[in-house]
Order: sequence, then structure tokens, then C-alpha cells
Amino acid sequence: MTASPGEIGPAAGVEEASSLGSSSTEEVGAGSEPVLGPVGSIAGGGVEARATVAAGAPVVGAPSGLGVGPRQFTGGRRWEFLYFALRNKKLLLGMSVELVFVVLAIIGPAIAPYNPSKFVARPNLGPSGAHLMGTTYFGQDVFSQLLYGLRDSYLVGFLGGLFAAIVGMAIGFSAGYRGGVLDEVLQVFTNIIVMIPSLVLLIVISAYLKTRGILFEGVFIGVTTWPWVARAVRAQTFTLRERDFVDLAKLSGRRATSIIVKDIAPNMASYLFLVLILLFGSSILLAANFDFLGLGPTNTVSLGTMMNQAMLWSALQLHVWWWFIPPGAVITIIVAALLVANVGLDEVFNPRLRAT
Amino acid sequence: MIGYFARKLGTYVLAFFLGATIDWGIPRLMPGNPVQIYVAKFQLQSPGAWEALNKLFTKAFGLNVPVWKQYLNFWNGVIHWNFGVSYTQFPEPVSHVIFSAVPYTLALLVPAITLSYVLGNRVGAMAARRKALDNTILPVGYFFQAMPYAWLALAMAFFLGAYYRWFPIGGAYAQGMVPNASWSFVWSLISHWFLPFMTVFLVSFGGWAIGMRNLVIYELETDYSRYLRSLGASERLVRRYAYRNAVLPQLSGLALQLGVVIGGNIVTEVVFNYPGLGNLIFKAISGEDYFLLQGIFLFIIVGVCIANFLIDIIYVLVDPRTRLSMQGAQA
Repeated sequence: MTASPGEIGPAAGVEEASSLGSSSTEEVGAGSEPVLGPVGSIAGGGVEARATVAAGAPVVGAPSGLGVGPRQFTGGRRWEFLYFALRNKKLLLGMSVELVFVVLAIIGPAIAPYNPSKFVARPNLGPSGAHLMGTTYFGQDVFSQLLYGLRDSYLVGFLGGLFAAIVGMAIGFSAGYRGGVLDEVLQVFTNIIVMIPSLVLLIVISAYLKTRGILFEGVFIGVTTWPWVARAVRAQTFTLRERDFVDLAKLSGRRATSIIVKDIAPNMASYLFLVLILLFGSSILLAANFDFLGLGPTNTVSLGTMMNQAMLWSALQLHVWWWFIPPGAVITIIVAALLVANVGLDEVFNPRLRAT
Repeated sequence: MIGYFARKLGTYVLAFFLGATIDWGIPRLMPGNPVQIYVAKFQLQSPGAWEALNKLFTKAFGLNVPVWKQYLNFWNGVIHWNFGVSYTQFPEPVSHVIFSAVPYTLALLVPAITLSYVLGNRVGAMAARRKALDNTILPVGYFFQAMPYAWLALAMAFFLGAYYRWFPIGGAYAQGMVPNASWSFVWSLISHWFLPFMTVFLVSFGGWAIGMRNLVIYELETDYSRYLRSLGASERLVRRYAYRNAVLPQLSGLALQLGVVIGGNIVTEVVFNYPGLGNLIFKAISGEDYFLLQGIFLFIIVGVCIANFLIDIIYVLVDPRTRLSMQGAQA
């Protein structure tokens, strides 16, 4: 696909949309409307769309003027970002909460007062000084379980987010950069994957696969949640590949992978970073639901499996709320902090969104 | 127009085909043999009986023919909507079992998805650039969006159900009641439906509201909005345009979001023991009812395809550019 340097900017985008058009609704909109709406994986979605808008808009919509395009991100303005990052309350709040829990997850097993799977006290004891969050039906210490489970939840979130990012970026970059038939094929593939509900697929797989580890869960989350990433990255690549500097790189005879990695990806680095954070959060949430249904790792305790056990052993009926409220609350706080930090980062990267 | 929908339909057919093939392939690719699992349940002592039973089940599952023939037989079953007989609810055919659960799932999903989408968009748009509203709705929205479905469901079931007893939990109507057209039965249905509905609704609602708020804020800062304002247009008009533009990415987000909401719905049904597909699928795993599992999987994929198609149609109705470009493609 060759593009004459004259065809940069919105006009090229529109033409792109109508010629490729109609393979999906999004492309049709993509021409004059940079927003792709990967309102994705975090329950209820929505924040992702903002990220796309924030990072994507200046590329297409405003070639000159106000927008700090992702281009400037690699330029000399890095310290400017740091300046705004340290003054952004949302980012600081989200990050400090996250830091506390990450530290807890790392040192958790060392400071846990009891062995999480051992019988240590009378069953179903309420919270007290000896057992901060009470005990389970089996007389296990809930607080200790929480400290151990935190680590697994983070690990799954990290693995799932990482794999989803890898698959999504690989597909998004190659579809967006190559275009043509490959793009069409990958588009159809992405649209198909969107339509297969991950939880239902996991249920069917788990019916047969009786032992599962953390790695399996991470990979599974990765291979089922990448579509919105692929779509968003593809749209961004689409607008970037028409730029002069990409044409220059092509003229210099560099290979496609090197152009993507060294020229295109850095120009959307801020956006990719936001994507990673959102994937991380959504993976933690997904894993919690999987674990709750007993579909998670079979050999460890995670925050989701705690809720699963509580449900199975009638914590609801016995009013043992301290068994299932703390793990879910911790997940909620972790993910909410990620979302808040994400919005803060968005404001740091995109001056238009800084509080007016 | 026709080309556009033909293309879309092609994607759905492919998705269905792939889904069905996965559905067929998983039991055959996974370690372990369903037949042996079934036979093992009988705890037979004599090898002769074991052999006979093994043969019987292999034949009953249609595993005694070559793989390609098994595949064709599978499609034959799909076309005739025949997924065999449920193991846990013997001798009910799988399709009957599924159809008796579907109304409950739809009763939760359809209102939860549409209401959360419509209200979330409205509230989000209102919150944009209105400080008082923004400062209250935003934190609440993040909170709901960050909740695992399982936890919100458990918390609701505990506080509003088990502890304060404002709502009954478990089942779709009071135990011992026979479905009839009386008010007390309708009331029982509604009171059992309310909490699971609220769970699915609230999580999605937070997400839509936040997404819309962010999108509208962005749209209000675009050049066309500034231009409109400089022409002296009322703030209401500017907002209306912003809303129309912001609703498009939300709509394509809805299509992406379906899988997650369906997953959330399954979890919610399990917590409330609500007799929909989610609960059924859960029972099918614990009862090792593979035919039922297969049927539900296919059914859900069909449902997602239909929902996607509806969203596509709405997209065309909402976005004039899609319509125009489709006419342009034909001319």
C-alpha cells in the first residue's frame, strides 16, 4: 500500500474508510470520526473509549494546533509529562493505593499471621483481635487467606493483561500497517472472536480440563480479551502509517517490523500504556468471576476462590459476611484505583483533558 | 445497504460456524473421555459389564463412527436443533431444558442491558461539565464499574436478602408456588427478579455513565463544538450534537461488551440461584451433562450473533455517515 505524502490527514482517512469501508461499522465511522469505541473489557466499559479519543483524536482530527499528538510524547516534552503527573491528584491517588496493595501482595505471605489453609480456630468466628477478618467454615483465618490470595489475583491480572496486549497489538499492528487482504482477514477474525463469550467457553473447557494453573487462566484471559485492543491499535496505526515519517522509513528500506516497533509504536506509547492498565484491571475482574465459579486455578487460593468457597459453604445463609465481603472489596478497590489512575494519566498525556 | 448487511451476516455465519466447531471439538481435544466418566459412575466390578456399558455409551454418543462422520452428524443435529438428551434431567431433550431456562435469562439481560445503556448514557452526558453532578457520579460510577459481578451479587443477596430480608433470594418465585396468573404470583416473580437484575444493571450502568461523560467532555472541546458556540448556538444545541457523536463509540462498545455482560449474568444467576441459562450451565458442569453444555454454548453464540445484528441495524439508524457511505458504495 503506497500513499503519496500529499494524502495525509483527515482527507486520507475518509478515503480510506470509504474504500475499505463497510467491513464493519467502525471503519465507516473511522474516517472523519477517529473514535473507535473500544468500550471494552472492564465491566460496563466506557473508559477505554475515552482513552482512544484522548490519544487518537489529535492524530486525525487536529493535525496542527492545539493537540499534543502522541508524536510529542517521544520528543523533548518528557519532563513536562512528569511535571503534570506529579500534580495530578487522580493519578497520585490511584497509584498510591495500587502501591500499597502491590507491597501487600509481595510481602503478604511473610506477614500473614496463619497458614491460609490450616484449621486455626473455631469455624465461622466473627472478626476479632486475634482474627482480623474472622474465620471460615473450616476454621481458616480469612485475613491470611486474603494476603495470600492478593498475590495470585495480581499475578493473573498481570499475565492476562500481558497476553491480551501481545495478541491485540500483534494483530492490530499488522492489520493496520499492512492493510489490504491481511487486514480484511484479521478484521473478520477479530469480529468472530468478539462473538464467543469467554466465560461460556471457559466453562466448556473446564468441564473437561480438571486441573488448571495460574498460567492457564492468564493465557485464557489473554486469548479471549484482545479484540478491542486489536481494533483500537489498528485504527491508530491506520492514521499513523500515512504520515511522512513512516513513508521516509519505508523509503530507507527498513523492514516492516522495525518500522512498527521503532516508528509507529513509540508514537502511540502513551495510548498503549493506558491500554495495558485497562487490560490489567479487566483481567483481575474476569479472573475473579472465573474463580468464583470454580473455574480458576485448582491448586491455589485467590480472592475469587475465597468468594467461591464462601458461596459453596453457605456463608450467605449463615451470615458469615466476613468471608466474602473482604476479598471482593479488595478487588473493587484495586480495580477502581487502576481506573482512577488511568483517567489521571489520560489527563497527563492529553492537555485538552486537563481540568479547565 | 444490502452489501453491508450481507457482509455482516457473513461474519455472523462464520462466527457461528467456528463456535459450533469449537463446541464439537473441545470434548474431543481435551484429556479424559466423557464415556469413561459416565461408565465410572456405575462403579462396575466385572470387566464384562464394563466393556458392554462402554460400548453402549460410545454408540449412544455417536463415537463409534469416523471423526468426519461425527462432525457431519453433529451439524445434522445442529440444523434440526437436536442436541441429544440431557443427562441431569433425563429424559428431557436438551433443547427443551434450554428453552425453559431462556425466558428467565432474557428477563434479566434485556432490561439490564438496555436500561443501563440508555440511563448510563443520559446520566453520563449530564455529568459532563457539571461539577456538582460530576463529583458525585464519577466516584460512584468507578466503584460500580470496578466491582466483580460475583461480589456485588453476594453483597446484595446478603444485605438486602439474607440479613434485612427485604427481598427473597433463591429461585424465580416463592418455593411451593405454582405458576398462575394471580397478582401474588406476579409480585413473587418481580421480587425475586429485582436483586439479580439490579446487580447486572448497576455494574454496566457505572461503565456507561463514565464512558459517556468522558466522550461528551471530549466532544464539547472539539473544533465543531467551538465553532457552534462562536456562532452563538445555545449550550443545549452544542450538547445535543456532542451527544449524538459520543453515542456512536458507545454503541460499538455495546457490541464488545455483550460477552462480559453475559458472563456477569451467569455469575449473578448462580449467586441468586435464578433458574436461567447461567444457573443451568453451572448445574451442567457439576452434573457432567456434556450434551446440555454443548447445547447451551451454541445457544448463547446464536444469541450473541442476533444481538450483534440488532446493534448493527441501530448503528445504521443512528449514524447518518454509515448510511451515506453505504449509498456511496452502491453508486
